[in-house]
Amino acid sequence: MKYVKRSIKKVDGYGILSGKPAYTDDLAPRNSLIVKLLRSPYAFARVRKIDTSEARSLEGVECVLTHEDFPRIPFTRAGQGYPEPSPYDKFALDSYVRYVGDEVAVVAAKDEQTAEKALKLIEVDYEVLNPVLDFEFSEKSPPIHPEDGISGVENQQNNVCSAYEMDIGNIEEELKKCAHVVKHRVYTQAQAHVMMEPHAAFSYIDYQGRLVVVTSSQVPFHIRRILSRVLDIPLRNIRVVKPRIGGGFGGKQAVHGEIYVAAVTLKTGKPSKIIYSRKEVFESSYTRHPMRIDVTLGSDEKGVLKAIDMEILSDTGAYGEHALTTLMVAGSKNLPLYNRVNAVRFKGKVVYTNHTPAGAYRGYGAVQGNFALESAMDILASKLGLDPVKLRQLNMIREGETSPIFKIMGEGREGAEMTIKSCKLEQCVELGKRIFGWSEKFSKRPESGTKVRGVGMAIAMQGSGIAKIDMGSAILKLNDDGSFNLLVGATDLGTGSDTILAQIAAETLNVPVKKVVPYSSDTDLTPFDTGAYASSTTYVSGNAVKRAAEKMKHLIVQHGSKLFNCSEEEVVFNGEEIIGPEQRLPLSEFATKLYYSENQTQLCSTASFVGDEAPPPYMSAFCEIELDTETGKITPVRYVAVVDCGVPINPNLARVQVEGALVQGIGMALYEEVKYDSKGRLMTNSMMNYRIPSRLDIGDIEVHFVESYEPTGPYGAKSVAEIGIDTPPAAISNAVYNAVGIRLHDLPFTPEKVLKALRVKEGF
Amino acid sequence: MKITLTVNGRKENLEVEPSTTLLEALRMLGLYSVRKGCDTASCGVCTVLMDSKPILSCCSLAVQAQGHSITTVEGLEKDKDFEEIRKNLLSEGADQCGYCGPSLLLTVYSLKKRNIKSLQEIQKYLVGNLCRCTGYHSQLRAIKEFMEVGE
Repeated sequence: MKYVKRSIKKVDGYGILSGKPAYTDDLAPRNSLIVKLLRSPYAFARVRKIDTSEARSLEGVECVLTHEDFPRIPFTRAGQGYPEPSPYDKFALDSYVRYVGDEVAVVAAKDEQTAEKALKLIEVDYEVLNPVLDFEFSEKSPPIHPEDGISGVENQQNNVCSAYEMDIGNIEEELKKCAHVVKHRVYTQAQAHVMMEPHAAFSYIDYQGRLVVVTSSQVPFHIRRILSRVLDIPLRNIRVVKPRIGGGFGGKQAVHGEIYVAAVTLKTGKPSKIIYSRKEVFESSYTRHPMRIDVTLGSDEKGVLKAIDMEILSDTGAYGEHALTTLMVAGSKNLPLYNRVNAVRFKGKVVYTNHTPAGAYRGYGAVQGNFALESAMDILASKLGLDPVKLRQLNMIREGETSPIFKIMGEGREGAEMTIKSCKLEQCVELGKRIFGWSEKFSKRPESGTKVRGVGMAIAMQGSGIAKIDMGSAILKLNDDGSFNLLVGATDLGTGSDTILAQIAAETLNVPVKKVVPYSSDTDLTPFDTGAYASSTTYVSGNAVKRAAEKMKHLIVQHGSKLFNCSEEEVVFNGEEIIGPEQRLPLSEFATKLYYSENQTQLCSTASFVGDEAPPPYMSAFCEIELDTETGKITPVRYVAVVDCGVPINPNLARVQVEGALVQGIGMALYEEVKYDSKGRLMTNSMMNYRIPSRLDIGDIEVHFVESYEPTGPYGAKSVAEIGIDTPPAAISNAVYNAVGIRLHDLPFTPEKVLKALRVKEGF
Repeated sequence: MKITLTVNGRKENLEVEPSTTLLEALRMLGLYSVRKGCDTASCGVCTVLMDSKPILSCCSLAVQAQGHSITTVEGLEKDKDFEEIRKNLLSEGADQCGYCGPSLLLTVYSLKKRNIKSLQEIQKYLVGNLCRCTGYHSQLRAIKEFMEVGE
């Protein structure tokens, strides 16, 4: 392999690091109206009356919109395949507001100060209602969505947004037969994405009267479809463009400000932009779904797992975006890790509360479920007196095996059958154990003063796109100098997908990467792609690119044979030249002839890909922490991760994906928590009081790869974007147990919780 | 009010409000490497150099910057050290979404000028440059090479 499995630089990196205008706000027309949203100060209220007359008459204000200005069309902000598995429980603006930060009115003005001033002039008469702030009591509380006209909600009266259950075998009977049974309950918190670039969008009407929306989004094609629905204009009249994005992590897998900026442009005919403040990003975009998870494991005398039961209650906040899929993924991306059990049961409910809506977030469901399952495995290991590594080795899935769960549980619907064709989990565990020095460290607890060290481990799996749903496509276009334009709908959100897709095209065509010019995510110019989520781009879009390149190769041969007047079988294209029985032509000359003089034709290939399955990447994780028994502070010392993501197309970029995800996972385990006060107001609404890890908070991180070859992936590749976030909560909690013998059930593991657990253990 | 700023060695005249931040003023001048991340002086992506020292432009007023020399990455295009650290970051794949990239480059650039060599000191110096994509380790590999710090 010449161009894949190579750590080339990102194709867009130079321009970005040089500060060239590349992000949404850099590109917005200078005369854009500034769009601001009036947001609810109450967690739950009804708008009795809204008076915008003063705001409207303020000089410089161009328009003010309230719920009366929007057609009453229910929709979901979730950027998912169509029809979405999320309920249509939201309106662009509504007379009910369901969380602090919910949209009440839209203001557009000539500048920021005027817009801010206008917001203050809008008078709203609220009927304040009692909010539901504890998700464990949501089902017994008055309905948050009593309104008519919404659809896809499991039970509006009981605040149940979604529910799901499945079972294989007889769980009760099987557990009765088990020699060891472990019951374990955990709570996971809401986590904020904190991508460095806040949500941003601008819009204008082009010279043909079409609406153009430029947005920092992971899902431009879904944005176009949702805008068409909500604004009630034909999809063909909308163009959505994604420029460079300053991170997303799932937080931009939804419609946020796009609706409002587009509505202003449609109303005024003027270019408009909306840039979320950091407070708005925290308050009014998404969080991770907080969950309560109960796991029951049953094994025989020797530790062979026989049954797994998992029951979940999930908090989706005010709207049900990604509610059902996140719930299901908690099961489907974890339970198959231990595939040889006789019985599995999975059930759960997702309830509404008056919190900031939960939505997509890197590793959604998977990380919550992993914490529950992998800490329960640790408890079982200690019950059995078994090395936790051995317990995993005894039970974990292997290459060539399958799990009925792949078929039963998909995302929001049935999944797809799959026999695992590539799985080097055993090697990941073996190598990680060796590099980390597990065997020596596991039985020691080095102490110095009040500080104790401990080690923990966990394993994880993820997926590669959503089987039978996610589609990627690509167009390759030969230029008259022999270079190629690669047009993809796939959305590079900083991950480097433009680069790795160009590498895949280059490998297939056997041309240098610089001869492939990628352009992505423009609904007018690039072919359809569901977008950047569910670890899909390398596998799904990558396969589409490979297919398009294969077709292009064939086109070149076909047209070479015409030019040489021979049969196709006699022509070879080697990346540099088209070679016939008697002639050879450099690709550039061939292209020039083809476009200017002989058999004139544009060569253009297009291909799509939908996975029949979603081959999981796997990983092992080993971590060492230091716990101060006096202060309760946990300090990460070292984290060793060994990942099987098939063949990494660009090993550097794959490594950075895992490193970044691990740190986000360490943040979730130790530092990050979205908190509300007793009235439902967000207390963590700035980067001063919501703390993401800095470079001093994370310890040493080592990422290694064990290469497998996934036959259904492009050049053997699987995904790598999400898996890294899955293990830190479980591995760190297991290390805490190893260090001081306490089980932490409740994320994040703050010093207060550690001290409390230590006191309980010591019998205070 | 009318002010004059010295940015990347050039005198720039502009009309601002007394409350205009340096961040806003620099973006008005088309210097898009200076980016807004957090509004609260917490994330570091708005970092620029004032008289060769990194400062946060989101919490400095444009007016106060008069009489000082401001440097952004646009002004370092031809600088050898700058080119090298940019190349190192790109080689490690440490640019990722790149939103925090220019601010990190400027801070590392000033670090070199200060001749700070110990790894611990480097990490401390850079603690205010937050990044959500990379997990910092790829950045550190690039920086270590640039600063010629051994293992």
